[in-house]
Amino acid sequence: MVTQITSFGRSGLYDWMMQRISALVLSVYSIFIIGYLVLNPDLTYEQWSGLFETTAMRIFSLLALLSVGIHSWIGLWSVSTDYIKATGVRFFFQSLCGLAMFIYVVWGVQVLWGL
Amino acid sequence: MLVSIYRYNPEKDDAPYMQDFEIELPKGKDLMVLDVLNLLKAQDPSISYRRSCREGVCGSDGMNMSGKNGLACITPVSVAAKNNKLVLRPLPGLPVVRDLVVDMAQFYKQYEKIKPFLINDNPAPAIERLQSPEEREKLDGLYECILCACCSTACPSFWWNPDKFVGPSGLLQAYRFLADSRDTATQERLSDLDDPFSVFRCHGIMNCVNVCPKGLNPTKAIGNIRTMLLQRAT
Repeated sequence: MVTQITSFGRSGLYDWMMQRISALVLSVYSIFIIGYLVLNPDLTYEQWSGLFETTAMRIFSLLALLSVGIHSWIGLWSVSTDYIKATGVRFFFQSLCGLAMFIYVVWGVQVLWGL
Repeated sequence: MLVSIYRYNPEKDDAPYMQDFEIELPKGKDLMVLDVLNLLKAQDPSISYRRSCREGVCGSDGMNMSGKNGLACITPVSVAAKNNKLVLRPLPGLPVVRDLVVDMAQFYKQYEKIKPFLINDNPAPAIERLQSPEEREKLDGLYECILCACCSTACPSFWWNPDKFVGPSGLLQAYRFLADSRDTATQERLSDLDDPFSVFRCHGIMNCVNVCPKGLNPTKAIGNIRTMLLQRAT
């Protein structure tokens, strides 16, 4: 057994499951957004911002945002352990990815709530 | 026909190189790649490769033939050669000992890790541990593996992490014992596999299924291990 402590959930099964669940959330969210845009060709700013002011849409968007963070962290962590063999470089790359994902989540929350 | 062979003798060569041989194949029959190698070895006795049973049972002569892993003894030249040219290389990803001979230590280490033997602490019955025909059927497609390493050395996940990822061959054997009704160490076996590398480095690209000379399906076995882990955890 490989005891690896820097992956997302520390267990292979947990990471694998989260990767799939987040992928599912992201596909449903993408389909919803594209569907909404297709069904509302004459979309106005008021209608669009009204959509994102509803609580349900905020929950859905936050869920999608967290899914982006989790999905890309698990994915890029795997890629870096495959291809980057020098520990220092790998650690730097993983830190950079973690930081980017944190920034995106915080930034996304700001945009969603219009803070 | 032109045969291009990977040559490397660490005692003499600084670096590996490809050596071309021109060979006249007998008309009217389709030789196996191993037969061609034997003919070439008669020309140049320094060509090194492993072979034993010459009928696809021992798994010694796994090699890369024109880009695809397989057993030289059961692969016809007509299948392996492309544009009347046959390119023979050692199995990819493992250290080369000499020419087409690779060091399989890493491969066997992963095999050893999954404890490839029946674990049952109950007192042995007088004659044998019985299985129903249905229980026995579950082992079909698993026990036939001959450990030729064609699958694991075709797997990019095994190339990048041969020390951590068990590889398709080892995982097929892991499932062979997980699925065995006589084995009582199922929980311990699953616990040993639940980390981000051992099983989950498989991304299901099915290179293993594509090359297996015995027609086995390691990807399916890996899927079954994942299901067992999921059933246990949720």
